[in-house]
Amino acid sequence: MNELMLEAKGVSKIFGGLTAVDQVDMKVYKGDIFGIIGPNGAGKTTFFNMCTGFYTASKGKLFFEGKDITKMSSDRIAQLGITRTFQNIKLFKYMNVLENIAVGFHINTCSNVFDAVFHTKRYKKDEEHVMQKSMEILKKLGLQDYAYMMAGKLPYGIQRKVEIARALAVNPKLILLDEPAAGMNPMETDSLMEFIRLLNKDGYTIILIEHDMKFVMNLCNNIMVLNFGKKICEGTSEVVRNDQNVKEAYFGKGLTRGIA
Amino acid sequence: MMYKMDANVKKAIMLVTVIMMCMLPHILSKSIMTIVCSIMGYLIIAGALNVINGYSGQMCFGIAGFYCVGAYTMAILMNTFHVSFWIGIIPSGLFAAIIGALIAIPTLKMKGMFMAMITIGFSEVMRLIALNWTSVTGGTMGIKGLKAPMFFGLKTSGASRYYYIYLATVLLFLFSTDRVIHSRIGRAWMAIREDDMAAKSLGISLNLYKIINFMYGAFWAGIAGALLAPYKTYIDSAYFTLDEGFNILSMVIIGGQGTLAGPFIGVTVYQFLVEGLRFAGVWRYIACAILIIAMMWLRPQGLAGNSESVLAGKKNRSRSFIKLPEVFSLDRTFGTRRLGKANIG
Repeated sequence: MNELMLEAKGVSKIFGGLTAVDQVDMKVYKGDIFGIIGPNGAGKTTFFNMCTGFYTASKGKLFFEGKDITKMSSDRIAQLGITRTFQNIKLFKYMNVLENIAVGFHINTCSNVFDAVFHTKRYKKDEEHVMQKSMEILKKLGLQDYAYMMAGKLPYGIQRKVEIARALAVNPKLILLDEPAAGMNPMETDSLMEFIRLLNKDGYTIILIEHDMKFVMNLCNNIMVLNFGKKICEGTSEVVRNDQNVKEAYFGKGLTRGIA
Repeated sequence: MMYKMDANVKKAIMLVTVIMMCMLPHILSKSIMTIVCSIMGYLIIAGALNVINGYSGQMCFGIAGFYCVGAYTMAILMNTFHVSFWIGIIPSGLFAAIIGALIAIPTLKMKGMFMAMITIGFSEVMRLIALNWTSVTGGTMGIKGLKAPMFFGLKTSGASRYYYIYLATVLLFLFSTDRVIHSRIGRAWMAIREDDMAAKSLGISLNLYKIINFMYGAFWAGIAGALLAPYKTYIDSAYFTLDEGFNILSMVIIGGQGTLAGPFIGVTVYQFLVEGLRFAGVWRYIACAILIIAMMWLRPQGLAGNSESVLAGKKNRSRSFIKLPEVFSLDRTFGTRRLGKANIG
């Protein structure tokens, strides 16, 4: 592992009296597939929200490729090269799949109102680029057949894929996937796993939150475990699997101690 | 499922429509032309409001304010500075757009009713300024003696001649809005309307695009106002009351927000209802109120609106009471109508 991509230094998020994320340090290197796991309410999504600018960290700092992104707005962070998907899919439901992806190209195109009204060269170049690349992405994900379908009416698994496709349109360096396999059947999960591996090979760095342990253990090179906002373990799947604290977080103290 | 027309057929239909529109003053009587002119005026302003409310999902109730700014700017330019109508029209729109930006900036973080309250307040402030700043706006006396412009030596006064100015502006409005809606900017507006969180995560600056959206809408509302002043030859603040703003809003809602055709259908239906029921005196406005209530109940997405839209509501998506042919849903394929030309395979 070489270049440092995303770094969290003692990041905390406090909502009133509740510390949702407590002093978390994290280092994600370029080319990694990094997993974040933890029981419900551990602060995983809150942590994601801080990385993407939806929340501002109460304490600590976040760096992306050496740049301080702690206080940046989410659209600025997206422009730097971080995109995400959401736990509860946030597609533009009443737009079709192609339109959804076309919106994703927003920061890679630059025409303004005047270009649009007068159909200048820049506008034509932009639209051509959007069309061509959208089709490439659709093909890559095998979504061609769905191109003109209303996004909100698609099956759940396909919606997840469309959301990933839209994130790819931004051409990010780092993709944050929030429970990508939630609600998918084992077949879909396997194909998703293959797909994420492919993305990784294409040079995208990926951080994902997931509850499906098989999925995470097989896919991720490094895993961080959160519990009640605190980081309790970090390392390869082997390390995490054998960690006492992780077992306690998931199964409780009684059982593990009792057997041991 | 998707309604697609051949591009050439579409062009031909458009051409025929435009030619027919051009013939109207020769066919219809002068009194009907007055109504047609007022419809044309409302088309521009309802279309402008539709850009703000329909396409980016903001809640602007104060469109009459921008209308007022445009009209007074035009009137003052013509009366005090003796600027020609043809030169004054663009500054009127631009000035309204600047005011639009000034309203958009403090309301960036607001949504729904809060936004509506601010814009209602703004509309009233504009009217009260027009009413009370006597030295500039003539106060209650308004601004009199505005002349309809000359077009290369041709008089344009009177409804059947001024109609052509309105027609040209409406076509220009449609042309430019259609192009903006089907561009990167239009897609960003619609993304904000559909889900602002997702839009942000894709790098769309909500602030910037909301401001652009407001400015674009305000610009055309200002142009509509600028056209009104020389047409009526006299303006005062009574043209720009909140009632007027709500009338325009109801036209947009009846027609269908977020569709280009919507405001046009809405304005036409509303105006013909108001004029057709003239025998009933002021009671005819009750019919309008009932129409709005009925629309909210039966077809909240509007006459031209698609049953598969945010506005349709969950209840109506499954059982639409009034089923219209898909022809009415012209914007069925809004964002990628131009994109859609390429083949998938």
